[in-house]
Amino acid sequence: MSIWEYANPKKFMQVSGRVLPWLTGLAALTLSLGLVWGFFFTPEDYKQGSTVKILFLHVPAAMMAINAWVMMLVASLIWVIRRHHVSALAARAAAPAGLVFTLIALVTGALWGQPMWNTWWEWDPRLTSFLILLLFYLGYIALWSAIEDPDTAADLTSVLCMVGSVFAVLSRYAVKFWNQGLHQDSTILKVGESDPLDAAYYVPLVVCIAGFVLFFVVMVLVRTRIWIRARRLGALLARERMG
Amino acid sequence: MMPDLGKYAFAVLGSYGATALLLAGLVGFTLWQRARVKQALAEAEARLEKTDVR
Repeated sequence: MSIWEYANPKKFMQVSGRVLPWLTGLAALTLSLGLVWGFFFTPEDYKQGSTVKILFLHVPAAMMAINAWVMMLVASLIWVIRRHHVSALAARAAAPAGLVFTLIALVTGALWGQPMWNTWWEWDPRLTSFLILLLFYLGYIALWSAIEDPDTAADLTSVLCMVGSVFAVLSRYAVKFWNQGLHQDSTILKVGESDPLDAAYYVPLVVCIAGFVLFFVVMVLVRTRIWIRARRLGALLARERMG
Repeated sequence: MMPDLGKYAFAVLGSYGATALLLAGLVGFTLWQRARVKQALAEAEARLEKTDVR
């Protein structure tokens, strides 16, 4: 069986309808477990005190803000190359989730930064590239809503997605590209280095990341189903208008 | 049960509260959108069915 079979809206609705209840349960369980573990059962950090508990929100949200855009890029490329409507709709479906993850990363970052850096905001490479990513998410969502013809909207938003990918990559590697600013380098990748993340934080962090990934997958599936129905509704209304 | 967050209580609770609000907002908006589209589609299908029968 080819993977492209799932690009058929009917097949996608069938399969996603079957897996969604299980995935939703698993996402709720993983996310709750990770966050309860991180909030209630992790020790204070010797440098950062109890603010270390923000790690379990900030890191997964920031990772998913970038990964959601990468997923949108892959779906947009599939639309541009193979013209599968489901992939264009999946990219559209992912955008609000990506926007929310970016907002969470920025808000928790500001709340964490204030006591640690003594400032809510700094025009630091990583923070600034995340702010630009947020604007790209808003622009992407607005562009989809502004264009009536769905195929034209899918084409133009795909182009915007490709341009925005530069900032998604910059958000990830900003700390490496510009060795300045307040924000530290990746937390997760420090394992195995001289200053690794302690296992007391690492394990619940991995559970939280899994929870955020599953939550994203559920949101994309549910929202893609909405846009598939909306597309059918548009076709029916056009048929009605033609008499 | 509640951990002692000390002087960072606002930062930690604010982060968890804001995240809960944003995630709940996304879920609520998605469910509202789903219900709206489902209902509109059901109505359009019913109208077309009537037209086809006639």
